[in-house]
Amino acid sequence: MHRKTFALVGLLVIAAMTLSACGATATDEPPAVDQPTDAPAVEEPTDVPVVEEFVCTDDLGCLDIAPDDPIHIGWMLPITGGASIYGESAIGTMEIAIEERGGQLLGHDILLTGEETGCGAEGGATAAQRIAADPTIVGVIGTTCSSAMTAAMSTISGAGLTIISPSNTSPALTDPGQTWEPGYFRTAHNDLFQGAMAAQFAYDELGARTAAAIHDGDPYTQGLAAAFTDNFAKLGGTVTSTEAVNKGDLDMRPVLTTIAVDSPDVLFFPVFQPEGDFIVAQSVEVPGLEDTILFAADGLLVSPFAPSAGEAALGMYLSGPNVTGSKQAALMDAYVAMHGALPPGPFGEHAYDGINILMDAMEAVAVVDADGTVHIGRQALRDAVEATSGFDGVTGVLDCGPKELQPGVEYRGDCATGEALAVFKVNAEWIASEDVFEVGVHPPFVWAP
Amino acid sequence: MATITRRIFLKRFSWTGLLLWALRIGVLVIVLWGSISTLASGRYSASTWLALLIAGLAQGSIYALIALGYSLVYGILLMINFAHGEVFMAGIFTSVFLAEALEESGFLARHPFLTIGALLLLSMAVSTTVALLLERIAYRPLRNAPRLVPLITAIGASFFLQYAFRGFFGSGFKVYPEFGRMMGQWNIFGANIQVVQVAVFLAALVMMAGLYWFVERTKTGKSMRAVSEDKEIAALMGIDVNRVIVITFAIGGMLAGAAGVLRGVYQPQGISFFMGFVPGLKAFTAAVLGGIGNIPGAMLGGLFLGVFEGIGPNLILQGLGIPAANQLKDVIAIVMLVIVLIFRPQGLLGERLAEEKA
Repeated sequence: MHRKTFALVGLLVIAAMTLSACGATATDEPPAVDQPTDAPAVEEPTDVPVVEEFVCTDDLGCLDIAPDDPIHIGWMLPITGGASIYGESAIGTMEIAIEERGGQLLGHDILLTGEETGCGAEGGATAAQRIAADPTIVGVIGTTCSSAMTAAMSTISGAGLTIISPSNTSPALTDPGQTWEPGYFRTAHNDLFQGAMAAQFAYDELGARTAAAIHDGDPYTQGLAAAFTDNFAKLGGTVTSTEAVNKGDLDMRPVLTTIAVDSPDVLFFPVFQPEGDFIVAQSVEVPGLEDTILFAADGLLVSPFAPSAGEAALGMYLSGPNVTGSKQAALMDAYVAMHGALPPGPFGEHAYDGINILMDAMEAVAVVDADGTVHIGRQALRDAVEATSGFDGVTGVLDCGPKELQPGVEYRGDCATGEALAVFKVNAEWIASEDVFEVGVHPPFVWAP
Repeated sequence: MATITRRIFLKRFSWTGLLLWALRIGVLVIVLWGSISTLASGRYSASTWLALLIAGLAQGSIYALIALGYSLVYGILLMINFAHGEVFMAGIFTSVFLAEALEESGFLARHPFLTIGALLLLSMAVSTTVALLLERIAYRPLRNAPRLVPLITAIGASFFLQYAFRGFFGSGFKVYPEFGRMMGQWNIFGANIQVVQVAVFLAALVMMAGLYWFVERTKTGKSMRAVSEDKEIAALMGIDVNRVIVITFAIGGMLAGAAGVLRGVYQPQGISFFMGFVPGLKAFTAAVLGGIGNIPGAMLGGLFLGVFEGIGPNLILQGLGIPAANQLKDVIAIVMLVIVLIFRPQGLLGERLAEEKA
């Protein structure tokens, strides 16, 4: 082969690899992890209508679960890579929710299996295709990252599935004018709530009048940064610049230099690890940022962040979910009892509420034949989830109906009402936590609206 | 040869030639226009540019050390070792554990330089071992196969290494000790220069100079050059080709291991099984930019790429009014590569006799 041809092939390979690298850390593979649950005492459901000859009248068709078959719930979560702590926490709490029902629903065993999504578009699209291709799956819990959900939305919705995300927060995902498609719900807060809260905290509590924002091109970070800057400007503040980095960038000095020219009072960067670590660690080296208050979001509200970023993180703020109360404490006790330690990341509570809403809806719409065959209408399941209101969950009272979060825009599928949010401040103890995977250590709570 | 080409070019008008020239001029105009309008806006001071330049040089020297591994192997075997980014990752990932242990025992605080030395040794040893195993297991059996075969094997080996390390050490992020903070910073012409940046740059320069001396002045270096000219003739002259290839992989591995420690010293965060991928691609770009197979070319290409990534978005794109310009850092790097290849298809320092070799 001639050298020119070879160079061309080489270039194509880099182009392809760069494109595929845009996603995130671990986006590829792996085989599905089956997690069959044990099957203890059988309990016959009594409050379910029993019909002799079942005729499916559902617009999207019905799932028929034979007497000995399990009810199959799927998950689409990251179990490898930087975002795996979210996936691990969500799977752990879902297992508790299933165990609390004795591993059974409508007299059938519950089978929980899943697909790796990573935290990027390719992983989301692949996992969605594999989930959609499995005709036994009734409902899905996922995804963790908004970017994965954006790519998965059409496939999942087109397959007639109902999906509830424990941690997607991008506003576009529930906006019917943008990404939303029928069947999608989430128990995590819409970033319109978090962006507004962060802006209010920066403007009122910190007294900031100028602010800058950095996102990493991910729909979650972009949406949150935009919600922050919009609200900050609405409050009367000045947004000096909105910048962006790439996932995988190491050197943040150029972008920090761009921002430092205006010396903003607050720098809001709702990104993930390790880019967030680099921004924090390198910010001390850039002149002009000495008095700038660092403020990040739930992407960095994870225990390995502060020890990694080091001393530079001392005194910075993090916004994110703040789930408290006796129900949360009980869930965490159950988690420790079952898994030996606290969940490694946030949003486990949201997954617990999500799977409970899904299972309640299944019970509400299921039709059981005399021989124990269960029929679940796909459209009926979606309608039942959407009709959920006043659900008293761990993360607060949830209401899955349409909401007008912005004037003239009716958001669909948002179950959370934005009450469980707060701002935390990184302290020395959090930085010094020896074992970076020593879990459940949250920095001290500072403020909630 | 060159004169004949020129005569043909002068005689015959070619639309392709015209298009290429228009493209070259267009690119130059855009770059100049963007740069001049940024500079004219006066948003950044001279000391800012100096700080960015030095940071870019430090980043670039890490790319250059990795790029040398690509270039050396290409020079000898005419194959692209896409697993080289993972050779880099293997060294630094392993040395993190030693760094953690030394930090805990207090040895690091007492002897920071001895610690860096020990980390260098371990990282280079691991990277070299991985590179040699790659050569022996993945590439040597395929040495006479068509050229796309080892390329695919290399990609497979790259995935294998990544996921082997994930299996052994988990998918979390590890952190190097904060050597950079210990070194402090200098103030030169009002610019804050991190001492660690200068140290990384100088260390890389010393290593690259050493490599150049080795290849140009020693007997082994001479045999490497001979094998790169022509494997068969070199073998006929009594050179042990296998030995030369093994040495080449070993040198590439050593440099990648050293680059790993420099990366850890310069940017301590975010050490994970996946960390070799992006630097590997950047270094490959640097190697092509400088003229693949050419040692000074790889050094120059790496430094060039680092500086362009550091300065390019602020200098060129902001002047053009592009918002969030820093997100386009990688675009700048790849566009630079394309521009250099349009102007000089053989790379910055590449040789013209490529056709005969391939």
